[in-house]
Amino acid sequence: MTASLVIVAVGALVAGSAGLVGSFLVLRRMTMLGDAISHAVLPGIALGFLFTGSRAAPIMVLGAALFGLLTTWLVQALQRAGVQEDAGMGVTFTALFALGVVLISAFAGRVHLDLEHVLYGEIAFAPWDLWLVGDVSLGPRALWTMGAIFVLDLVAVLLFFKELKICAFDPETASAQGINVTAFHYLLMTLVSITTVGAFDAVGAILVVAMLVLPGATAYLLTDRLSVMLALAVGIGVLASVLGYLLARATDTPVAGAMAVAGGAVFAVTFVIRLLRQRRRRA
Amino acid sequence: MAREHSARDDDLPVVVRSLTVAYQQRPVLKDVNLSLPPGRLIGVIGPNGAGKSTMIKAILGMVPRLSGEVRIFGRPVAQARREVGYVPQRASVDWDFPTDVLDVVMMGRYGHLGLLRRPGARERSLAMEALEKVGMADFARRQISQLSGGQQQRVFLARALAQDARIYFMDEPFAGVDAATERAIIGLLTDLKARGRTVVVVHHDLQTVREYFDWLVLLNVRVLAAGPVERVFTPENLTHTYGGRLGSLALLAGAQPPARRSLGGD
Repeated sequence: MTASLVIVAVGALVAGSAGLVGSFLVLRRMTMLGDAISHAVLPGIALGFLFTGSRAAPIMVLGAALFGLLTTWLVQALQRAGVQEDAGMGVTFTALFALGVVLISAFAGRVHLDLEHVLYGEIAFAPWDLWLVGDVSLGPRALWTMGAIFVLDLVAVLLFFKELKICAFDPETASAQGINVTAFHYLLMTLVSITTVGAFDAVGAILVVAMLVLPGATAYLLTDRLSVMLALAVGIGVLASVLGYLLARATDTPVAGAMAVAGGAVFAVTFVIRLLRQRRRRA
Repeated sequence: MAREHSARDDDLPVVVRSLTVAYQQRPVLKDVNLSLPPGRLIGVIGPNGAGKSTMIKAILGMVPRLSGEVRIFGRPVAQARREVGYVPQRASVDWDFPTDVLDVVMMGRYGHLGLLRRPGARERSLAMEALEKVGMADFARRQISQLSGGQQQRVFLARALAQDARIYFMDEPFAGVDAATERAIIGLLTDLKARGRTVVVVHHDLQTVREYFDWLVLLNVRVLAAGPVERVFTPENLTHTYGGRLGSLALLAGAQPPARRSLGGD
C-alpha cells in the first residue's frame, strides 16, 4: 500500500466515523457538546500514556471514553444546578483540556507524546507507524485503530438506529414509551469520545470538531431522509479527505488542515448550490 | 359517580398521591392528589405556569418527582408504558428533522417493538390505519417540514393512535390548529372514549371546555377541583383557579347561560 493511499484511507475513516456520529450531534443541535468532548478527552489520553507508558489503542480509547462520559455528566449536572448550558460546557471542556495540556507538558519527557502531535495530529506519519506483533508488521497502526472505530460506530448506529432516531427527534415521546433516553445520550457521547480519540491521533484536537460537524451539516442540506443523510455524511467525509490530501500535496501544506479546509469547501459549495436552487424555485 | 369513586384504585387509569415537583427549589406542583376515572375525556385547565404540562410529565416519569406516588392501572408507570400514549406539544420537536409522515407515525410502535427489532410491514399497516383515521393517509410520504400546524398535530395524534394505548395524555392538542383539525381531533377523542379509552388533555380555552370534556381537573400548582364538568366547572372554582382574574367569570357565564340559575346553588 502506498503512503498516499494510507494517508487518504486514514483520513477517510476518521471523517467517515466522525460524520456518522456527528450527524446525530447536528440533528440534536449538540455539535458544541461534541466540540467540548473532543477537547475534554485529552486528560484521559494523557493519563493513559502516563500510567501505562504505552500508546496502545485500547488504553487510549478507554481513557477517552471515561473523560467523554465525565464531560457529558458534568455538563448535565451543572445545567441541572442552574448554570447556563453553554457556560457549563465552556467551563467543563476548557478546564479538562487545560488539565490535559498541563499533564502532557509536565511529563512530556517521559512519554512519547507531545503537544504538537496532540494539537495538529500526525496523519502524515501514519504510513510509517506500523503495528508490530513480534517481528511481524501488520501494516499501519492508524488504519487498524480507525478501522475498528469505524466498524464500532457503524454497528452501534445500525443496531440502535430507531432509538437514536426517536431520541434525536422527540426525546419526550421516546421516554414516555419507556426508551431510556439518558442511556442513549450517553451511548452517543461514548461513541463521540471514542471516535474523537482516533481523530485526535490523525488530525489533532483542533480539527476534530471540523470532522464531527462538517460532513453531517453538509449531508443535512442534501436529503430529507435520515438513513440517506448518514450515508451521505460518510461519503462526504471520504470526499473531503481525498480532496484535502490533493490540496495538501499541491500546496505543500499540512494534510490535516487541508482536509478540514476541503470539508469546509464542500459544505460551502453545497450550501450555495442549495441557495441558488431555492431562489430559482421561488422565482 | 359514587360507584366510580368507590372503585378500587387498581382499576383506575391514574392515581396520584401527594405529588410534589420543583424546578430548582421553586415548587411547580404541590401535594397533588388525583384519581382519574376510566373512559372519560378529561380536561386539565389552569392559568399559564400552573404546572399542567409538568403534571403530565411527572405522571409519566419524564420529570423527577420531589415526592409522591403515581399509579397507572395500579402499577408504577415504568411497568405500564405500553398502556400509555403521549402527545407532546407540537413545538417541542424540530419539524425540519429529515423524516417523513409515515416514519413519524411508526415511531408510535417503537415501545412495543423493544430493543433491536426494526419496524416492518405490521408497523407500516398500523401506521397507515392511524393516518387514515386522522385524514392524513395521502400525506404518508410527505416530508414533515412541509406540513401545516394542523397537519403536524394530526400526525402526532396518528402516532399516538398507532401506539394503541389505554390511556392518552395530550399536551395542548388544540393549540393553534385550523377548524378541520379541530374537528378531526374531537372526532378522534369521541372515538377513543367510545372504545373505553381514557384521554387526559391539557387545555387552554375555557369556552370549549363544556363542549369537549366530561371530566375536569382545575390546576394551579395544587389541584383546586376535580370531577365531572357539570359539577366542577363553576365560577367559584374558576375564580379560585385563575386567581380571581376578570374575564374567566364572564367567559364562563357567556359559555353556558343556563348555569346562571345554579350560581351559588352548588
